[in-house]
Amino acid sequence: MKKKIYLDFAATTPLDKSVLKKMMPYLENKFGNASSIHKFGQEASEAIDETRTKMAKFLNCKPTEIVFTGSASESNNLAIRGVIKAIRRKKQAGEKIQVITTKIEHKAVLEVFKDLEKEGVKVVYLPVGTDGIINIDDLRAEITPETDLISIMYANNEVGSIQPIKKIGKIISEINKIEQHPIYFHTDAVQAANWLDLDVNSLGVHLLTLSGHKIYGPKGVGILYVKEGIPIMPIILGGSHEWGLRAGTENVAGIVGMGAAISQIKHTKTNTLSMLKLKEKLIKGILTNVRGSKINGPLKTDDQLPNIVNFSFLGVEGESLVITLDEAGFAVSTGSACTSTALMPSHVLIAMGLTDLNAHSSLRISLGKYTTIKEIDLFIKILPKVIEKLRRISGR
Amino acid sequence: MSIYNKKIMEHFTNPKFFGKIKDADVIGKAGNPRCGDLLTLYLKINPKNKTITDIKFETLGCASAIASSDMICKIAKGKTMEEALKIGFQDVSNRLGTLPPLKIHCAQLVTEALKDAINKNLLNA
Repeated sequence: MKKKIYLDFAATTPLDKSVLKKMMPYLENKFGNASSIHKFGQEASEAIDETRTKMAKFLNCKPTEIVFTGSASESNNLAIRGVIKAIRRKKQAGEKIQVITTKIEHKAVLEVFKDLEKEGVKVVYLPVGTDGIINIDDLRAEITPETDLISIMYANNEVGSIQPIKKIGKIISEINKIEQHPIYFHTDAVQAANWLDLDVNSLGVHLLTLSGHKIYGPKGVGILYVKEGIPIMPIILGGSHEWGLRAGTENVAGIVGMGAAISQIKHTKTNTLSMLKLKEKLIKGILTNVRGSKINGPLKTDDQLPNIVNFSFLGVEGESLVITLDEAGFAVSTGSACTSTALMPSHVLIAMGLTDLNAHSSLRISLGKYTTIKEIDLFIKILPKVIEKLRRISGR
Repeated sequence: MSIYNKKIMEHFTNPKFFGKIKDADVIGKAGNPRCGDLLTLYLKINPKNKTITDIKFETLGCASAIASSDMICKIAKGKTMEEALKIGFQDVSNRLGTLPPLKIHCAQLVTEALKDAINKNLLNA
């Protein structure tokens, strides 16, 4: 079996060995339930507290503002549904809840809002440009004195475009200073975590979602930052875990792993630059060797994550491209979800103005800290052959 | 390991019937850009006994669309047009060891293209 090369770090990252090592005791001897009074329980409880402090430091917030969840999807659900549940109780009869989001959010945000629309919540979906970024003026125009919640992702998982979260935070905080009716601001920062500043104060966010398995930590653990004083209610009820916001025995090993993963994130220029170097080599290699290839996403380096690039290759379909590359030993993704019942191409690429065919011909390559120049070279070598083969079959 | 079975993978990675027939007697088309599958079938037909003497496909689509295209060519080649009209999407799917449920439309698509070709030929005749 030939060596498999993983270029899909935006889907998930491998668990870092040092992270696993930190988790192991809590999968073996330190198995206590953090709610128990005895020493087994207290050992677990202390581990969670320590991690909470670590997370708080990373986000520049208080430990009491950290809620551990079972996934980023759960965090997004809790942020949106939890806040809406709490503010709904303060509304007068007939008063609608009003929220603003974007067309390119992750499904774990979009589907929540679609569901809430059925319950009478008014949702505005902001458009994006061909660069996958919202226009701040569009947002300004949509904010009304009745706006309750704004949820905008930090960086997009398909094309890597970065939203101006800091600017949005500033706009919202200025409005909140003068308006009586507050606007709450949530951001899904799952893809941003490895690369961008996550200081919640400088970002001006009230709620922020993170995931364990995108940062070389374990799957099955997420975080929601909830600023003190923000109205929010639990959506999973039961015990009084996580400040009463999320019932369920804590996933101690997962939480410890999340803390270990966060500890090794370093937002340094060197890290970003060396990743950019890999990505630029990849992009140049593809653009020069594959005719009819086009990048989907921002043009400016500062507007995008350094590790994600999305291409369209005219005359091939994404799924067959991914499967052929998989057979050749390369793991990548596509926005052509031909397996979904709707058979619709990526909502992100369509929102960016791509035609259906171009969206179906998309390929996402996402690099990670284990990616090497040699792997990029091998990929650039194989990709043109694969695309030519599929173009012969499609006759295009 | 793959999301498709061995048979589908075989017809996808190593299709035998892809390409154009330049002097095709009739061309059949199916698909739409929305779902991402576009396919063209090229047929040579013997006017005397009305059999399909040669058939090729060009398919822009997912792996199961390409495998289904290859399979329908394999099934249809040598058949009379009347026989070919009776090829159902289940036949294509079965011969591929059944397509995954969400991919059944690929088999429907290729039978549509074949019917399109044959109906055109009957109209021209």
